[in-house]
Amino acid sequence: MAATAQEIENNPKFKELVAARKSLGWTLSVIMLVIYFGFILLVAFNKPLLGTPVAAGSVTTVGILIGLAVIVSAFVLTGIYVSKANASYDVLTKQIVEESK
Amino acid sequence: MSRIKTVLSAALLAALSSPALADAISGATEKQATNYHAIAMFGFFVLLTLGITYWAAKRTRSAAQFYTAGGGITGFQNGLAIAGDYMSAASFLGISGLVYLSGFDGLIYSVGWLVGWPIVTFLIAEPLRNLGKFTFADVASFRFQQAPIRILAACGTLVTVAFYLIAQMVGAGSLIKLLFGLDYAYAVIIVGILMIIYVTFGGMVATTWVQIIKACLLLAGATFMAFMVLSKFGFSPEALFAKAVEVHPKKLAIMEPGALITSPLSALSLGLALMFGTAGLPHILMRFFTVADAKAARKSVFYATGFIGYFYILTFIIGFGAIVLVSTNPDFLNPALVAKGKSGIDAIRGGNNMAAIDLAGAVGGDIFLGFISAVAFATIVAVVSGLTLAGASAISHDLYATVVKGGKANEQDEIRVSKIATIILGIVAVILGIVFEKQNVAFMVGLAFSIAASCNFPVLLMSMMWRGMTTRGAVIGGFLGLISALVGVIFSPAVWEATLGYPKGSALFQIANPALFSMTFAFVGIWLFSKLDNSERAKIDRAGFDAQFVRSQTGIGASGASAH
Repeated sequence: MAATAQEIENNPKFKELVAARKSLGWTLSVIMLVIYFGFILLVAFNKPLLGTPVAAGSVTTVGILIGLAVIVSAFVLTGIYVSKANASYDVLTKQIVEESK
Repeated sequence: MSRIKTVLSAALLAALSSPALADAISGATEKQATNYHAIAMFGFFVLLTLGITYWAAKRTRSAAQFYTAGGGITGFQNGLAIAGDYMSAASFLGISGLVYLSGFDGLIYSVGWLVGWPIVTFLIAEPLRNLGKFTFADVASFRFQQAPIRILAACGTLVTVAFYLIAQMVGAGSLIKLLFGLDYAYAVIIVGILMIIYVTFGGMVATTWVQIIKACLLLAGATFMAFMVLSKFGFSPEALFAKAVEVHPKKLAIMEPGALITSPLSALSLGLALMFGTAGLPHILMRFFTVADAKAARKSVFYATGFIGYFYILTFIIGFGAIVLVSTNPDFLNPALVAKGKSGIDAIRGGNNMAAIDLAGAVGGDIFLGFISAVAFATIVAVVSGLTLAGASAISHDLYATVVKGGKANEQDEIRVSKIATIILGIVAVILGIVFEKQNVAFMVGLAFSIAASCNFPVLLMSMMWRGMTTRGAVIGGFLGLISALVGVIFSPAVWEATLGYPKGSALFQIANPALFSMTFAFVGIWLFSKLDNSERAKIDRAGFDAQFVRSQTGIGASGASAH
């Protein structure tokens, strides 16, 4: 007899999975939102800062580096999520599925 | 001054809506000499993809194969296909063209289009895969009364797809006219016929592989261009930037934000549309059902984010490369404009969206120019195929099978309806493409993103996350988002003033993108009308959350990969 939704929800492993996914997913989402909207607000409010050269005599500006850093951060954050999720979610999910059969 | 203003506002409009082919889209293109290299290489691409379609057609028998390739695509392949859907000709030519025109501002768009992906990974990809079968409406309507939510989702899908499709078709016609020297109408018809063949015969299997091949070609071509540009500067970006600053009429201003973002409110609203529109595009959401499980779904967005981020960095280098190598080379400039004293940047033949194409000629000669032109055409065909499949699925799976037949449709009938819908959508797209030839349709992609962010995304997210949502709340909130996004765009400066020609400053909403408000309407609408909903149906909706939640988290009961 397969477990009901209620029974699965009461499984401590299910609670662990949900809590883990929720905290990681939302934490990383908030980080991404802060990074991105931080960048957008800098564009809106502090153009001179973005136009500052990274070093005396160079034409590369702080803005270019920040923009590229936002792109890289999107990839890195996604990577962090995937590696953490691969390490823990799938094992937990498999156990829950087994226990619910 | 006024010329600069015109160029700037065109770029702005283009970019904002953009994946933009501003000049191409505004119909200002002249037909070029027939480009045989490009036509030969595009012909080769067509033969290859038709071969794949033939192979795919033989294995596309069931509805699952037609809609989702039977769930048999791997995470890596799907990552490439998603990236392919996203790297449209417009984003390739539009962003590099924007960088060419104003440097740093191009980066603002690249960033906006990329940052939606992590959010999709963190919050949407896994539950979406666990709950869905063929369309995102499967997920949005999971525990609700089927008909109203399916109708809402189908409206959201079809409106998004229609605007996106028109923009792509018009862009295709103008671009092909420019690149291949083919007549506008022929180009649009070729695109329409190819997409109908891929989708009706090969379904999602063919659509996915066409997209994967094109993504590889585009990434390879763009990588080669960026490599050649950097190799001329000893692989020092600083040296490239220094030379660009020297030759660009705006000098150092190209290294910092320019006129693109005018007010903080506009910036915020545009940012929201770019970020969350991604998470509501039906043809992208559909791709998550082509992989086996939540793990593969998660991986595919990781790969997609990597490819797209890398691609945007390349377009940035390509844009700067074009400033240095194209704007200084009389071969690529319009002599009449140069004679009038225009800078190389303003005088580029065919407008700033040609920057990447001309750069291909500058670094790789005629053969490589032909290759990049062929890839640009292939890109459009691949993207419109994905869009059409998503639109056809909304008609056959959501409207026909679920609403009309009450979920009891015969599978073969459903596939037949889908194929008929594909043919009709293809014909309509060709006709609209021809009708809108002379119109500036650049705003339409922006509109598609706004609607995706204001209707599809809120309903999808809330249905998965919030126990309290009810059918009534979803339908009212979803339509509020849809309608307010539509109204907001029509009465925005880009459409009201720039496209419809009413005087400057007369637009009702002086904001480039309505997402900040329309998304708020959608979320508040869903929340409020769900809270107020005391109907019998509301009790069933809320009671259904537990079963849905368990499945969304664990995949128990999810539709798996079908055997091949």
